[in-house]
Amino acid sequence: MSTVWIVVLVTGAGTIALKAAGPVLLGGRPLPDRVAGVVTLVGPALLAALVAIGTFADGQRLVIDARVLGVGAAAVALRFHAPVLLVVIIAAAVTATARALAG
Amino acid sequence: MAEGSGNRSYRDGVSAAVPLSVAVFGFGVSYGVLALSVGMGTLAPIAMSATTFAGSAQFAAASVLGAGGSGATAILAALMLNARYLPLGVTVAPWLEGGFWSRLLHAHLMVDESWAIASEGRGRWNPRVMLAAGVGLGVAWIAGTAVGVLFGDALGDPARLGLDAAFPALFLALLAPQLRSEEREITVARIRIAAPPPVLAALLGAAIALVLTPFTPAGVPIVAAGAACLIGLRRRP
Repeated sequence: MSTVWIVVLVTGAGTIALKAAGPVLLGGRPLPDRVAGVVTLVGPALLAALVAIGTFADGQRLVIDARVLGVGAAAVALRFHAPVLLVVIIAAAVTATARALAG
Repeated sequence: MAEGSGNRSYRDGVSAAVPLSVAVFGFGVSYGVLALSVGMGTLAPIAMSATTFAGSAQFAAASVLGAGGSGATAILAALMLNARYLPLGVTVAPWLEGGFWSRLLHAHLMVDESWAIASEGRGRWNPRVMLAAGVGLGVAWIAGTAVGVLFGDALGDPARLGLDAAFPALFLALLAPQLRSEEREITVARIRIAAPPPVLAALLGAAIALVLTPFTPAGVPIVAAGAACLIGLRRRP
């Protein structure tokens, strides 16, 4: 089997196992209060990390490039309660425009 | 558990997922283009979108393979990125009904976006909304991937279109509603901080990710940022 297919199959099986571990093993039992206090904060922490990495990381380097303008424009649009799709389009359009202008 | 999981239905999940699905279709196209360009062929990227069904992990795996990394490194990077689904799965677990296969299906259709759409605040999730949103997002993701690998050569450079900035913008849009909280301050290690807990967790998570980026392989900073949720262990007033 080729490397590509091994990556596809192992990553797929591993991901489904990671996703299903909670729902299948925990069943319908509620989480203890202390645990619930923690897991409600997992989303904000990881999403903010994805925003930061997606905006500033270029491989293992941190850079400031046209993406900062795009994501900044997206933040302004969110502040004015723009719908998600518009926010995403604004980010792409501002970034693409900045790149085109920078040559 | 229906009485605790809100009144929203499958239809609400679909309508919430439609605008995101358009964006996800676009990301699917850009993933297909990238996967094709690093020599993954046409069928394997589509199979990966159907099974792994997680954009950031698939982008990471394709990037590692494209940079000449080994299959093992690509798998590790992808699975570390997807490690976040372990706690996400735990958050939705109490709200799921049915047997093994139903739970497995809900788990598979849980992606960042469907999970966020299904969130009803204060640690409650709506499984019907998550299932419907997951199906819509999955169809868009797989169809986008197929378009990307089939017509990729004609589309040009995703960076020129600004698609790389659309990704963090999407996560920012998903983050914003999660920052609301009834608590206005938080006490960590006996220090009172005048910020709602989700805001502090977000700032800490972003800081951890940025500090680790130069020193760790791709994917690790995002997993490590999850540690910011531990501020939730504080004693409640």
